[in-house]
Amino acid sequence: MNEGNRTLQEEKVFKDPVHRYIHIRDELIWDLIGTREFQRLRRIRQLGTTFLTFHGAEHTRFNHSMGVYEIMRRIIEVFDGRPHWEERERLLCLSAALLHDIGHGPFSHSFEKVFQTDHEWWTRKIITGDTEVNRVLRRMGESFPQKVADVIEKTYPNKLVVSMISSQIDADRMDYLQRDAYYTGVSYGHFDMERILRVMRPTEDQAVIKNTGMHAVEDYIMSRYQMYWQVYFHPVTRSAEVILSKILQRVKKLHTEGYSFSQPPYHFEGFFEGTLSLEEYLRLDESVVLYYFQMWQFEEDAVLKDLCQRFMNRRLFKYVEFNQHFILNEWAKLQELFGQAGIDPDYYLVIDSSSDLPYDFYRPGEEEERMPIHLLTPEGRLRELSRESDLVEAISGKKRTDHKLYYPAEWLETSGHEEEKQQIKKILFSHQGETESEYEER
Amino acid sequence: MLPDHAKLLALLQEAGEVVGRKKWQKIVYISKKLELPLQEKYTFHMYGPYSEELTMRTEELCSLGFISEIKERKAGYYQYRYQLTEEGGTFLEKMDLDWPWKKAEAIIQQLNEYSAKFLELVSTMLYFEELPKEDVKEKVCALKKSQNYSEEDMEEAWQLIQSLK
Repeated sequence: MNEGNRTLQEEKVFKDPVHRYIHIRDELIWDLIGTREFQRLRRIRQLGTTFLTFHGAEHTRFNHSMGVYEIMRRIIEVFDGRPHWEERERLLCLSAALLHDIGHGPFSHSFEKVFQTDHEWWTRKIITGDTEVNRVLRRMGESFPQKVADVIEKTYPNKLVVSMISSQIDADRMDYLQRDAYYTGVSYGHFDMERILRVMRPTEDQAVIKNTGMHAVEDYIMSRYQMYWQVYFHPVTRSAEVILSKILQRVKKLHTEGYSFSQPPYHFEGFFEGTLSLEEYLRLDESVVLYYFQMWQFEEDAVLKDLCQRFMNRRLFKYVEFNQHFILNEWAKLQELFGQAGIDPDYYLVIDSSSDLPYDFYRPGEEEERMPIHLLTPEGRLRELSRESDLVEAISGKKRTDHKLYYPAEWLETSGHEEEKQQIKKILFSHQGETESEYEER
Repeated sequence: MLPDHAKLLALLQEAGEVVGRKKWQKIVYISKKLELPLQEKYTFHMYGPYSEELTMRTEELCSLGFISEIKERKAGYYQYRYQLTEEGGTFLEKMDLDWPWKKAEAIIQQLNEYSAKFLELVSTMLYFEELPKEDVKEKVCALKKSQNYSEEDMEEAWQLIQSLK
């Protein structure tokens, strides 16, 4: 037995509001949780700006990572002793589950868009670089950190192992749907996970579900569908995300132009220059970012100051939905009018689409585009879920996209440039769809 | 948002038509690796590099009427055929895109002649291009066992990558 494979003298348990208890019996897992890189996840919210819409959504990547670990542990209990499951992969699966989000930064979706970086790259760096996480993993052998990184990156040769953490029904999704539902307080997002785990079976290429568990999976797909529209694609959250991205864009521009900040963006400079070290990346968390936003409310630059005040005080942009006619005939005119009214369209007229968000719907396998969920028949055949379930087939074909245009509505009511503002309102209000108040009441 | 959508339209315009979602995924990935200024984020999936962002963006372009998607039934699965619509062409003209038209034309027309299966091989090799050539081969053999790529397939893929670079 190598040093990394020790069992704790006594099992440790964490209380968890979603899974009740999280059980740890491996010293490796216990020590990974104690690393500074993993503890940092306590300072990064799971849902970014969603707390501005659903005030309960303050849970962190730490909670979620612990939950994914626990679900993985339970899946392994079900797989234990069955064909295709190899016990020697157990700690690899548990470590990958625990560390799958270790590279996430603060508000990482916006940071990734503006600074062209990605958390998967940082995940690999943290696991394979000179870090506490790496030192703990190496106790299992020199190649173990690389294997963990490969599982998370989905390039590990054992596809069953990969599918347990990254597929269309995996430990990651099963945790975040339930956890996000719990903390946002919505009534969607719940499904019978115990039932799904009981009927999950290992095959050579992926974890599949016995067809007797189809209704539990239907419930999971429905939950996922509802959570996307009601929580993840929520227009108010997207408005906050738009403002956050524009703050970062503005700071980057000001830095490039040599603007003299009252509070210089020291922690962001590596991003601007493309020289960010792992150590600098690890120093950045949400507390640090919010400190800068707090300070930049008092900058001289009017755009940065205004955007930070909006973010900190939740004075968000309003939105309208738009269509093909708008893009072909009115978009260019609207940008021009904003400029004429003294409102910089680069920061105050923003198109946001569902493809700008990091969430996905269930998709059946279309000519090997992506691995679908498979049901296992009593004869041992695999059937794609939407071919067996009318319910899943029905929502698989539904609209999954939307486009919104965000703008500072209150500025259209202030004095000055009345004629341009009237024209702007005429265009915008002809596209007025669902009202924001309807959403805010949820 | 809009310039990124327009770039996909430009790519599709050069292709004329792309048959198959998997092929479209791989064409965009390979084009991006060949430094066409595309923004879609890719991660590795069972069938090679895959972008959820591209899937969504393509759906958006279909829902806006800028791309036509024709669904065809094949043995055991559905296949999708993509073309730029007249409105998509109008949008592209209005966007006045900063886009390397000539380079894109050369890449897309060549890629579009290959099968989705072959492009899956090329894109997988490009995904691991930072590794030594022997290790890339090893990765492909380990990750793509079911596709049974031959030595000749891999050599042809290397040659295509070299010719396009």
